[in-house]
Amino acid sequence: MQATAHIGFIVAAYGAGVVVVVALIAWITLDYRLQRRILAELETKGISRRSARESVDE
Amino acid sequence: MRISELANPSHFLRAANLVMPWLSGATAIVFAFALYRAMLAPDDYQQGATVKIMFPHVPSAWLGMLCWALMTVAALGTLVWRHPLADVTAKAAAPLGAALTLLCLVTGSLWGRPEWGTYWVWDARLTSELILFLLYLGVIALWRTVEDPSRAARAVAILTLVGAIDLPIIKFSVDWWNTLHQGASVFRLGGSTIDPTILIPLLLMTAAFTLLFVTLLLAAMRNEILRRRVRTLRLLQASVAG
Repeated sequence: MQATAHIGFIVAAYGAGVVVVVALIAWITLDYRLQRRILAELETKGISRRSARESVDE
Repeated sequence: MRISELANPSHFLRAANLVMPWLSGATAIVFAFALYRAMLAPDDYQQGATVKIMFPHVPSAWLGMLCWALMTVAALGTLVWRHPLADVTAKAAAPLGAALTLLCLVTGSLWGRPEWGTYWVWDARLTSELILFLLYLGVIALWRTVEDPSRAARAVAILTLVGAIDLPIIKFSVDWWNTLHQGASVFRLGGSTIDPTILIPLLLMTAAFTLLFVTLLLAAMRNEILRRRVRTLRLLQASVAG
């Protein structure tokens, strides 16, 4: 593989790719945990959806 | 489970939870193999090693456009069929499309500096791609501005349909105008002009990015369905308290 004078541009491009992919995964994972936590808190207070209550009653 | 049953958000959640671990595993494996093949790809006879910037640049460009095309179908689903998952899909896809289009712009800029001598030029391809990124930001802003999800969905659907005009402009900009950006070299009449030693890693990276996009889209749609349940429960809580 030929040595390059532009290695900095290549590393920066792949670095940008890593940052974007990791940021998206982190954002979606944290958002999922947040929504699950809020739902659990609301259900602890006795507030649940009608369809969920019906499925429990069945 | 029939495909039509996935229109029910609860059925969709069950299917997504079942499929996502497999999709995540497949994405990791294909990404690892694609990066390995990308590292082994030879330098280009003109561009040298900077040709490797193509491996994240081209898939992110394709997926940025594919994502808007998906949002356009979802917009029709919202306006015409009022499909329950259409606006969930559109809302979940927008940040992914914005991130991929931003990655395309950044990697393109980093590729342009050594090849063209400049990070940016206002040519048709680059400008139409920047407009796509701004359209994504507009859609995200609109979702956040209008509180009622169904009203927001209709407004976003109209903006998405109007914004779809940008897709053929991006695709054919290199044919319609003189641009610094090169013309089509993968999917073109007469076949690809790229040597297989570079084309195969490029297609593998495209497959890896596509798998990643599908996995993240399903996960983001799951989050959006949960967010709407939270909203419903909070409204219920407020009505009980009132």
